[in-house]
Amino acid sequence: MSATTAMEVNAEARRILAVSISKLYASRTQRGGLRLHRSLLLSMVMRSARDIYHSSRECEGPSDAQPTQEEPMDTSSSLEEQTGLPEPVQPEPQPTLNSTELPPEEPDSAEEDSDSEITEDKENLSPTRQSRKRRGKVSAAPDFLPSKRARLEPGEERYAAPLGSCRAGAGESLAALSLNRVIPAF
Amino acid sequence: MAGAGGGGNSDVQWCFSQVKGAIDDDVAEADIISTVEFNHSGELLATGDKGGRVVIFQQEPESKSQPQCRGEYNVYSTFQSHEPEFDYLKSLEIEEKINKIRWLPQKNAAQFLLSTNDKTIKLWKISERDKRPEGYNLKEEDGRYRDFNTVTTLRVPVFRPMDLMVEASPRRVFANAHTYHINSISVNSDCETYLSADDLRINLWNLEITDRSFNIVDIKPANMEELTEVITAAEFHPNQCNTFVYSSSKGTIRLCDMRASALCDKHAKMFEEPEDPNNRSFFSEIISSISDVKFSHSGRYMMTRDYLSVKIWDLNMESRPVETYQVHEYLRSKLCSLYENDCIFDKFECCWNGNDSVVMTGSYNNFFRMFDRGYRQDVTLEASRENSKPRSVLKPRKVSTGGKRKKDEISVDSLDFNKKILHTAWHPLDNIIAVATTNNLYIFQEKLN
Repeated sequence: MSATTAMEVNAEARRILAVSISKLYASRTQRGGLRLHRSLLLSMVMRSARDIYHSSRECEGPSDAQPTQEEPMDTSSSLEEQTGLPEPVQPEPQPTLNSTELPPEEPDSAEEDSDSEITEDKENLSPTRQSRKRRGKVSAAPDFLPSKRARLEPGEERYAAPLGSCRAGAGESLAALSLNRVIPAF
Repeated sequence: MAGAGGGGNSDVQWCFSQVKGAIDDDVAEADIISTVEFNHSGELLATGDKGGRVVIFQQEPESKSQPQCRGEYNVYSTFQSHEPEFDYLKSLEIEEKINKIRWLPQKNAAQFLLSTNDKTIKLWKISERDKRPEGYNLKEEDGRYRDFNTVTTLRVPVFRPMDLMVEASPRRVFANAHTYHINSISVNSDCETYLSADDLRINLWNLEITDRSFNIVDIKPANMEELTEVITAAEFHPNQCNTFVYSSSKGTIRLCDMRASALCDKHAKMFEEPEDPNNRSFFSEIISSISDVKFSHSGRYMMTRDYLSVKIWDLNMESRPVETYQVHEYLRSKLCSLYENDCIFDKFECCWNGNDSVVMTGSYNNFFRMFDRGYRQDVTLEASRENSKPRSVLKPRKVSTGGKRKKDEISVDSLDFNKKILHTAWHPLDNIIAVATTNNLYIFQEKLN
C-alpha cells in the first residue's frame, strides 16, 4: 500500500473520529439525555475509525513508535468488532487492509491489548498523569483530539473526577461506550 | 397503485387535499410533528408534536353535493398530552415530545388513544358532549344555588342540545417502567393489553392497571460495555394476541410467542438477511439499523425500514425478505456527508395501505415514495406548498442519479436534507394518506372521477 493512500485513509479515519467525538460531546447537552441507540452507533463508527487509523499507521511505518497514550484503547472484550473501510477511500487499499483487519477479532485485539499493556499501562493512569507524554517524533496527542480540557457549562465547576466516573448524571447509557474511559477529552 | 378496494388498478393518481400547520419557514421547535396515526375507521387522524401536544382531526361526512370528494379533515380536539419533566435522580430532562400515538379499537361512543413520550404512556379518552342538563330545581343555569324560599314548584331537569364540545381527559398514566427511552407502543388484538418498548426492554401492560407491568423482553447485557444492539421498534401481531416482533439496531427482527415463557428472551423466529459483501462500507452498521417495523393488515407479512430500503418479510421465511425496495439508493455514496450532518440517524417510518398491496415511506426534500407490490411499480411524490392547489394532481418526481440530468429531474446535490418526511399514515380503508413534513401535515386523496 502506498504511503499516500495510507495517509489518506489515516486522515479520513482521523476526521471521522473527530466528527464522532464532537457528536458525542454535543449529545451530552441534548435535551432528554443521552440516547443509547445513537451513542451505540457513534461508538461503533469510532471503533471502526480507530481500527483503521491504527492499521493504516502500521502499514505506514511498522518501525514507528507504539501508539501514543491518547489513542483510545478498548480493553473490554467487545464481542463484535466489525471493521470496515472508510467510505470515500478508493478500493485500492482494500486488499492490504483487509488482510490485517479481517482475521478473527478476539485474538487480534487481545494481542494488541497485551502488547500495549506491557509497554504502557494506560488503564491505570489517571487523567492528570496522562499529560506526561513521550515527546519525540510521534506527536504525543493525535491532533484531532482536543488538547483542552472539557468545556464547562456556565456555572459549572471543575473538580477532580475519579477515573471511570467522569459522566455526571448520564446514568447507564454512557457506560455502554467502552471507548469513553480512555478518551482524555472526557 | 392498487386501490384500497381490492382489485388491481395501477392508475391511481394522487391529488392534494389539505395542508395543516403554519406557513412560514421559521419552524418553531414545538410544532415539529413527531407522529401521525389514523384510527381504525379512518374517521380520526391524530398527530403528536415535539411540544407534547396531540391534535386530532375528524373527517367530515361526504357531502352529497360533491360526491367526487371525500370528506375533509378538520380539527376535532387539541390537548396537551405530556409536559416536560425533570428526573432529579439522574439530572436529566425528560422531553415532552410525543414519540408514538396508538388508537384503541372503538368500544363505545368515546375514543381512546395511547400517547407516549420517552418515559410515560398515557391513555386518553376523547368524548363528545352535545347535550347538557337544564332545569335544575336547586341551581340556576349559571350554577349558583337558588334561595330555597323561591322554589315553589318542582320540575324534572331535561337534556337540551348544546354546541358540540370535545373533551380529552387522561384516564390512565403508565409511568416509571422504563429506564431507557420509549420508542414504541402497540395495542394487542385482545384490546386488554399493550406493549411498550425502550432501547433494551419491552414491557407488557394491562390497560386498566397502571402500577404494574410485566417485563417480557430484556436484552440488557450484564456488562453494559458488551452492548452491541438495541431494540428499535416493536409491534403486536394484528390478530394473534400471543405474538409480537421487535427489531434491532443490527437489522434483525425477532418474533416472540408469549405462550412459550414469561420472559421472551428466546425468540421463536429471527429474521435476518445476510449482508451483501459488495455493499460493505464504513457506515454499514448504521444504515442496517431498522427504524420501523409494521405488520401487514393480514398478519402474513411484516415490513421493515432501514436507512436506504424497505423490506417485506414473509413470516414463514426467516432467511431473507421476500421483497426489497430501494428508497433512495443514490444516497449510498453520500453516507459520509450524511453522517456529518446527522441525517444518517434519521428514523423513517413506513406504512401499508388498506389491502396490503402498496407500501409507503418518506425521504428527503419532502419526497415520499410508494411501492406497489403487485405491479412492481414505484413512484416518488412531493409534499410542498407549491403543489397545493385543491385537487391538483401530484406529478411524479425523479432524482437524477447519472451524469445527465433530464428536465424536471432534481440532482442529488440539490436535495434539501432539512426537509425530511419521517412520518406517514395511510387510511385503513380508502386511498387517503397523511404525510408529515417538518411542521406541516399534508393530506392527499386519490383522484376520483
